Amino acid sequence: MAVLETKGLTKTFGEVEALKGVDLRVEKGEVFGFIGPNGAGKSTTIRVLLGIIRANSGEAKIFGQDVWKDAVDLHKKIAYVPGDVNLWPNLTGGQVIDYFISLRGAQVDQQRKLQLIERFQLDPTKKCGTYSKGNRQKVALVAAFAAEADFYILDEPTSGLDPLMERVFQQCVIEAKERGSSVLLSSHILSEVEKLCDHVAIIREGAIIESGSLTELRHLTRTHLYIETEASVDLSGELGVFEWKQEGDGFSFQVDSDSLSSVMTKVSEHGLLKVESAPPTLEDLFMRHYETGGENS
Amino acid sequence: MTNHWFGRVWPIALWQMKQDRVRIPVWIISFLIMTVTTATLFESLYPSAEDRMQLAHSVVNPAITALLGPAYGVDNYDVGAILAHQMLLLTAVVVAVMSILIVTRHTREDEEDGRAELISSLPVGRLSNVTSTLLVQLIVYITLSLFIGLVLVSINIPSITVEGSFLYGAALGVTGFLFAAVTAVMAQLSETARGTMGLSFAVMLTFYLIRAIGDVSYDPLSWFSPLGWMLESRVFVENNWWMILLMFAVAFLIAMIAMYLNAIRDVGAGLLPSKPGKPHASKWLKSPLGFTIRMQRTSIIAWTIGMFVFGATYGSVLVETDTYVAEIEIMAQMLGEDLGTGFELIEQFIVMLGAIISIVATIPMILSMYRLSKEEKNNRIEQVVATTLSRRKLIGSYLLTALIISVLIMASAAFGMALAGALTLDELAFSTAFNAIIVYLPATWVMIGLAALCVGLGKWKGLTWLYLGYAFIVIYLGGILEFPSWMKSLSPYELVPGLPVEEMNWSALFGLIMMTILLIVISLQLYANRDLKG
Repeated sequence: MAVLETKGLTKTFGEVEALKGVDLRVEKGEVFGFIGPNGAGKSTTIRVLLGIIRANSGEAKIFGQDVWKDAVDLHKKIAYVPGDVNLWPNLTGGQVIDYFISLRGAQVDQQRKLQLIERFQLDPTKKCGTYSKGNRQKVALVAAFAAEADFYILDEPTSGLDPLMERVFQQCVIEAKERGSSVLLSSHILSEVEKLCDHVAIIREGAIIESGSLTELRHLTRTHLYIETEASVDLSGELGVFEWKQEGDGFSFQVDSDSLSSVMTKVSEHGLLKVESAPPTLEDLFMRHYETGGENS
Repeated sequence: MTNHWFGRVWPIALWQMKQDRVRIPVWIISFLIMTVTTATLFESLYPSAEDRMQLAHSVVNPAITALLGPAYGVDNYDVGAILAHQMLLLTAVVVAVMSILIVTRHTREDEEDGRAELISSLPVGRLSNVTSTLLVQLIVYITLSLFIGLVLVSINIPSITVEGSFLYGAALGVTGFLFAAVTAVMAQLSETARGTMGLSFAVMLTFYLIRAIGDVSYDPLSWFSPLGWMLESRVFVENNWWMILLMFAVAFLIAMIAMYLNAIRDVGAGLLPSKPGKPHASKWLKSPLGFTIRMQRTSIIAWTIGMFVFGATYGSVLVETDTYVAEIEIMAQMLGEDLGTGFELIEQFIVMLGAIISIVATIPMILSMYRLSKEEKNNRIEQVVATTLSRRKLIGSYLLTALIISVLIMASAAFGMALAGALTLDELAFSTAFNAIIVYLPATWVMIGLAALCVGLGKWKGLTWLYLGYAFIVIYLGGILEFPSWMKSLSPYELVPGLPVEEMNWSALFGLIMMTILLIVISLQLYANRDLKG
């Protein structure tokens, strides 16, 4: 059974269609990357999943329960970290952490909570009004990870963290996964998603345009190549070759995955001296969708 | 060297004035209007020396002395003396509030929000900001003093002399400057704008209380409070300018201290060690109801005390009902046609006071309920709703808080009025005055229910305020404008039996409670089923 399953979620705000049929499926024990630019519908989707707003149509179930009707019951198993954490300026970080945990009705392992505060280097005696964005995010992260949850919904949780804290966060996610929890990680830090996620869905203008495992998705995209040959070569007009550029003694270019073998055959005819290849990054994948308008979706 | 400390003081001062180009004129104009209207009002209320002597008798009592300061010149209680006694201290306190708000904004708030850092990276002096702030305040208060003097002279009341008028203005102005300096010091001590304001208000309250105790017990204690010095200037009676000079000298000294403290500290830091907060939430804070009450703690305490004073103020003037009501035609009309005399009149007055006090007391209840909308607007509700807390429980904890506040505040206002009334008026039983206010409790609950309904809807929040305004107009002007009775009965406050004049009517109260329950049920339903904004 999938942890999260949505089918054709739509949501309109007045005239604006924020979600136009979002289908997601997160399996148990996986970290699911949810990527897309600002305003694509990531946060709207997440707010539907948390029962904060109600979808106009479609179905959204977490652990088989309806996200709107069974919200309170479901939230026992869910921990949520918003991207924009707003706290109460006159309470300390420690007080807010305790409040959130107690509202989740979860049993807190005090030891573990203190450990997390330590790992995130948060001063829990300071008033939230004096915290920077990153520190406010740490408060929400500590509250989320201090008590175990079966499903973590994290909406751009690292946008204010420094690289060191980002690593602590990544460890937390990995530990949660090792415990068998599932994670929905919305982000636009693609390197983070690449590092953590098993599956990825890309959302654009309220619809999922690509979804699958990272390896699957990589097949859909181009490989970076750098070659040096004995004889001069020009493949710029070749089918499936993009951004042909002279670079030093050789050429750099990108190749569509399905043209790879034919291109390599051609190149070898010119006496291949050196070849370097880099796998497509998530960024390439992402940019490709946004540049081409995602017509292949 | 001067540049090192005071570089670009004037450009900064101008920049601050530009930021306050609306705020400060609005304050000043309000003070001018407040002063002129009360002065002319006193003139028209007490036209004859006899009226004024009667008033003089009633104001020489400990309650009034504690509240307004000692009455000077009671043997010849002319309009000038009345104005100085009734209005000077209260106006000065409001001027001090203005100072505290504005100075905090330009000192610690700028620093806390990081604006000061931007400015100090420019070629400005280390003390330029605090100096500019104080300079602007000095200019503002000189202006205020002169304008108050001018408008008082211009209304042409014989006992309001030219000298007295300008002294009256100067007394207000110098109080403002003194508290500007005090706030500037506090801004050096505290690390936050909230803390700065808190400390400054605490100083103001302490000065006020020292003076109140000193004035009541006629001992030199009042000399330990600048507010006591200000009253010692005995405006319109003896015109002691020395007191004003003394205050200015002290204010100047305090301003110097502020600058010294500013010079010896880092930008962003406070001199008082910011004491670490609690790293854990108490059991109480962890419950939604406890949390909601804790977040409103300060305002609950402030309103409870405020409404007590409000009730007590009205309670202590009940003795004066004859003077107030009988001689002012408008007042008589407000109370309606079948005007009684003597104690009967007092009872009618109490009924009206009960309604008015409970309408005012409804304001904090609505504000309390609307805090839930504010949480939503400030994007804090999302993380709360994402927990196992159901929406019904969430809005329920706010409703319960508002209901607790209603009982607390109404009881405190009723207690204040009944206590002061029973102390000053022999015929009045404590319970009579207390019940006259507390009986309105169910009407305030209807308003809470309506506020909850608006929160449930997530819009039209102005509706509750409009309705409260309507209820106020119906009560306050109903007699004068002769509204038809159906218009009156649209207000929940009109459905409450007017104790002690009318008979107790339990079914009316029961009806209001049923109405409240209905509103609450609907609002819970609405809130549980709508999209939350943030």
